[in-house]
Amino acid sequence: MNLDAKAGREAVVQTKTGADLLIQTLVEEKVDTIFGYPGGAVLPIYDAIYRAEDEFSHILTRHEQGAIHAAEGYARVSGKPGVVIATSGPGATNLITGIADAMMDSLPLVVFTGQVARTVVGTDAFQEADVMGITTPITKQNYQVQDVRDLPRIVKEAFHIASTGRPGPVVVDVPKDISANMCDDHYDASFYLPGYQPTIKPNPLQVKKLADALAQSKKPVILAGAGVIHGKASQELRAFAEHHSLPVTTTLLGLGCFPGKSPLSLGMAGMHGTYTANMALYECDLLINVGARFDDRLTGNLKHFAPNATVAHIDIDPAEIGKNVTTHIPIVSDAKEALAELNRQAAKHPNHTEWMEKLNNNKKSYPLWYNKPDQEMCPQWLMEKVHEMTNGEAIVTTDVGQHQMWAAQYYSFNEPNRWVTSGGLGTMGFGFPAAIGAQLAKPDRTVVAIVGDGGFQMTMQELSVLQERGLPVKVIIVNNEALGMVRQWQEAFYDKRYSESLLGCQPDFVKLAESYYLKAMKVDSQKELVQVLPEVFAYDGPVVLDARVLQAENVYPMIAPGKGLHEMIGVRP
Amino acid sequence: MKRIITALVQDRSGVLNRLTGLMQRRQFNIESISVGKTETEGISKMTFVVEIADSQKLEQLTKQLHKQIDVLKVSDITDKAIVARELALIKVVSNGHLINEMKGIIEPFRASIIDVSKDSLSIQVTGKPDKIEALIDLLRPYGIKEIARTGMTAFLRGQQPQVAELNSYSAMMK
Repeated sequence: MNLDAKAGREAVVQTKTGADLLIQTLVEEKVDTIFGYPGGAVLPIYDAIYRAEDEFSHILTRHEQGAIHAAEGYARVSGKPGVVIATSGPGATNLITGIADAMMDSLPLVVFTGQVARTVVGTDAFQEADVMGITTPITKQNYQVQDVRDLPRIVKEAFHIASTGRPGPVVVDVPKDISANMCDDHYDASFYLPGYQPTIKPNPLQVKKLADALAQSKKPVILAGAGVIHGKASQELRAFAEHHSLPVTTTLLGLGCFPGKSPLSLGMAGMHGTYTANMALYECDLLINVGARFDDRLTGNLKHFAPNATVAHIDIDPAEIGKNVTTHIPIVSDAKEALAELNRQAAKHPNHTEWMEKLNNNKKSYPLWYNKPDQEMCPQWLMEKVHEMTNGEAIVTTDVGQHQMWAAQYYSFNEPNRWVTSGGLGTMGFGFPAAIGAQLAKPDRTVVAIVGDGGFQMTMQELSVLQERGLPVKVIIVNNEALGMVRQWQEAFYDKRYSESLLGCQPDFVKLAESYYLKAMKVDSQKELVQVLPEVFAYDGPVVLDARVLQAENVYPMIAPGKGLHEMIGVRP
Repeated sequence: MKRIITALVQDRSGVLNRLTGLMQRRQFNIESISVGKTETEGISKMTFVVEIADSQKLEQLTKQLHKQIDVLKVSDITDKAIVARELALIKVVSNGHLINEMKGIIEPFRASIIDVSKDSLSIQVTGKPDKIEALIDLLRPYGIKEIARTGMTAFLRGQQPQVAELNSYSAMMK
């Protein structure tokens, strides 16, 4: 009797499932787009999505890897966390590449993975995988929900952690019984994270040290990384550089945080950076690193990295300071705050005209170069044409490899949040789904996915999403019938033994795209490209362009592995 | 160099895994770990003894540990005035006749016999790791059947000496 009465009471209060609660919290977090793929363990969540379909749009990708890279593209362009849902076991493990990618490139993601019910967790149940164990090393934080009452708090913590401080991916593993069972309407979602208090404002004394060092410096240079973009500090960076006439080089991921067309810009630094940028880093007496993490692809051999410089490093993540390069002036801070403080403190610094002249001479004498043939299409030239056609204003996404480096070198970026590439992890298959996410974040902008023929084949099933959602992404396949960068390294360092790097059998990309009901074209020569490109960008819908480029072309200049910044090869006057 | 690093952490499943995984991934060699509750509910303390190549690596380790969301405080207490203890249980081959001889050996260590059987004796000892090593060395000739050690746990002494006195403490810990 008593039991019945109690059950009756609960039935009145408990009108929601845990999944409803989850979706409600996502709505409170102002999530408008979710990328995902359903499966057994997330069926309750998908049922809740069905009930709440007016609240946001769910993008069904054709592979979980597509979903998470799309979420990364979305996060990169919108500045908001990308949200992903995948089922337990294989669904979750298919996300791993994207989670690791987001971790390396500091992209905010909130990833929900289904988990088998708590009653069978740990029994090797159907579609069970140890998501906590697998994702611990590649997440900023991860959770497994053990009590539905914790769910709203955990979700809010996840969004907070993913999007503040140094951004990163957070995984929330949700057992099926948590999402399926009935629960109360509301639970306390307030949270307190005493161990997580990112330092936002710089220590003014440290900034003073930097200002003093700048006043003494004869050969200063700024190295700007993605931290400037995450910190929305482009204006402050520009004000700082222009006020003092300081030369600026950016990392691969920092492209666009400082206008590439500015006379102060030295271009990108690093393995395939410009001669001018790398020599500036080599010869400088003061290196001001703003939000870059001294990745080995940037520094080359550390022994020869900025050997005579006082190194100042502004980073929101204290663990990055001094990790790879000895730092003399550490400034733990958000980039915007630090640069604003620096702009307040530093007096005008005109005494480095000789240095600027030298750098400008280098720029003139050793520009990026390539040999342009008469007929065939040079990939570098292709990038320049795409730049021309889009007025340099498109959002460009890429995979990793030769096409990525050519895009970085020849598509000049003047604004932040227009360059979406996989830097740290170097993920093939990233570019195309990332373009989908970028287009969803910015529906009015031109989005170009510049992909290699190798990488595209890793995630090209997402063509379905273009067709289904009518996303006007322009996919340009830089097709050299090879894993170009692998081939280039085999050519240079393995005596031309092209082990498994030549893609003998390619699909007909035009027919492939057409089978997804998309507009598609193929071009073989410069002449054809010039004819076709206006059509590609004029067309009000998705286009796949199979651009057959010069197969033997390599990316230069280059710092060979183990070499220093001053030992570039392929530099031509 | 051997360093003693303590971490105050939020008591959450997976935290130990996150921290030890971090150390493994970054190639730090953990000599011992001990974990237990603190005076504050929901907060645990971990004590790591780690072999570290240089001070730059050490700084990187403490920063990486501190960066973790559930870590409240990280301290390298190696060079401070600290109280550091480890507990060891040592099972030695023995017979009834040997008990008195054993007592003579372990008494200076303030160790105690906690179990006696037909053919073995179990000894409990607490102290600094080198003291435990010394006792184990003395017992080894009798035949050691089994050793279980807790790993070091440590905290700062109530009063810290002046800087000039620090060397003696760090020498003691090496």
